[in-house]
Amino acid sequence: MNNIFVYLEIEEGRVAEVSQELLTKGRSLATQLNCRLEAIAAAAQTEGVAEQVFPYGVDRLHIFRDDRLSPYTTLPHTSILVELFKQEQPQICLMGATIIGRDLGPRVSSALGSGLTADCTSLEIGDHEEKKAGKVYENLLYQIRPAFGGNIVAWIINPDHRPQMATVREGVMKKEILDPYYKGEVVEHQVADFVSEEDYVVAIIDRHIEKSKVNIKNAPIIVSGGYGVGSKENFDLLYQLADVLGAEVGASRAAVDAGYAGHERQIGQTGVTVRPKLYIACGISGQIQHIAGMQESSLIISINNDPNAPINTIADYVITGDIETVIPKMIKYYRKNTK
Amino acid sequence: MAFNIIVLAKQVPDTRNVGKDAMKADGTVNRAALPAIFNPEDLNALEQALQIKDRHPGSKITLLTMGPGRAAEILREGLFRGADDGVLLTDRAFAGADTLATSYALSMAVRKLADYDLIISGRQAIDGDTAQVGPQIAEKLGIPQITYAEAIEEVAPGHIRVKRRLEHGVEVVECPLPAVITVNSSAATCRPRNAKLLQQYKHAKTITERQVEHIDYIDIYSSRPYLNLTEWSVADVDADPQQCGLSGSPTKVKKIENVVFQAKESKQLSGSDAEIDDMMRELIENHTIG
Repeated sequence: MNNIFVYLEIEEGRVAEVSQELLTKGRSLATQLNCRLEAIAAAAQTEGVAEQVFPYGVDRLHIFRDDRLSPYTTLPHTSILVELFKQEQPQICLMGATIIGRDLGPRVSSALGSGLTADCTSLEIGDHEEKKAGKVYENLLYQIRPAFGGNIVAWIINPDHRPQMATVREGVMKKEILDPYYKGEVVEHQVADFVSEEDYVVAIIDRHIEKSKVNIKNAPIIVSGGYGVGSKENFDLLYQLADVLGAEVGASRAAVDAGYAGHERQIGQTGVTVRPKLYIACGISGQIQHIAGMQESSLIISINNDPNAPINTIADYVITGDIETVIPKMIKYYRKNTK
Repeated sequence: MAFNIIVLAKQVPDTRNVGKDAMKADGTVNRAALPAIFNPEDLNALEQALQIKDRHPGSKITLLTMGPGRAAEILREGLFRGADDGVLLTDRAFAGADTLATSYALSMAVRKLADYDLIISGRQAIDGDTAQVGPQIAEKLGIPQITYAEAIEEVAPGHIRVKRRLEHGVEVVECPLPAVITVNSSAATCRPRNAKLLQQYKHAKTITERQVEHIDYIDIYSSRPYLNLTEWSVADVDADPQQCGLSGSPTKVKKIENVVFQAKESKQLSGSDAEIDDMMRELIENHTIG
């Protein structure tokens, strides 16, 4: 009872990156709270999931196998979590801030009357004193996330309701194997005990999933553009520099909203979190919600014609100038001085 | 076949354009300096509803919002674009609501509206980015949800087909009605205001607005009932005050921080040829690039 649960996203028997990252975070929280880490696998194909997740320190894996559980639809997965949580009374539940997690999490939280914090960038354990009521809550989950369009950071708590639920985007937490030989317990559940036939009313009649061509999460060098780039055409300059350096092109939310780049390139709290060895920020002012997704880059270059752009404070090189003049100079020098 | 559609919308501060004047000297947000707008994805939702109305004449679109009195602005905005009716859910008791308390209040208003086939809202609001209220309302009403919708392809009696935009692809799903659909920004943009509707509805007001503005031409509100924007309180929708606002919110804000970045010693370059060359040489020499 009162353990930490991680909902696993499973596509064709593979546990998603984001779920592995959450298991790592869940493990460290469980150790700190001296409770167990449990995981939920609900899918058509669950073979091999145990071997994939135990090395992250999972103590107990709940398996729900039914052909109708994949691809994911809202209602059966909701029923599984709601019923399981009524039995198990977890203190914390983590899920990916993916399309699945952001569809499932609110539905489950509403059914349980518990709180849910979306897109957390940090999760910590701490106490809280309710001065008016003279009450002290120990070992709460601090759910930390940028708010208000990323202009402030809010610390959210959930004093009286369980589970404390949070979603986290892919790449925000780091995955780390705890012990390759770690062994937990497997519990196989009867899906029919949790899911009713009426839960299968939503039918997927067509589905096209393509492997993403953009891989900014693992790119060693990223050339990233913001609203200050000015136009889709000017973004071509970034592609040229990226091409020369062997980099990927990223974008801030403002640039994506303005249509300069696609959603799959968005870096920041509501996009992807990256940790490249070099991050070249072009015309990015640096709202918190963007910086949250790239501040762990080893080296940061900011090119901006505003010398007071907030991003400049975390940059190693601050170039005050227009990207139209600076980028061609960088390309020229690089071409001349490398093989 | 005509459908009754409820569109959920929110008035939000335009957080996309937080300029320097919107940040106070102490680093906090000056909300007053931000324009209040119709949440962008809720406009995408309204457009989906309008398209259904185009295809199925006689369909009725009711715009429902929760907020302070001034949120009636977006109800008028919706009427100017083709919605048929507007409802403002407003009460001091709603203040401080998290997503769960918000969805409870809105679901009670939906129950009061009673006769609906479809509820459409934006995927998320730009001031919170949580995407939680749509699914939570669906749960509270006990009906299915389809999130991340890009196009409502077909509506038939008791049945809907929707195209969803996923991270790396698309999915077409069908489900029975009623249902909650939340719409992405990748869906069709909303049509502009219609000049005729602007004329027709520019005096549409809530009762509070009429009282505050001392509008003395009351006659028009009885001769033209469509100018009355419905205004509901906690009691009007039979909501339990304990489940509304701050008291109905399981999540609490422990604190708000203004982020102070870990400032680094930066090298300041003017962008001259020599300085760029020096930087590039350093990056190549320490194997960051090349």
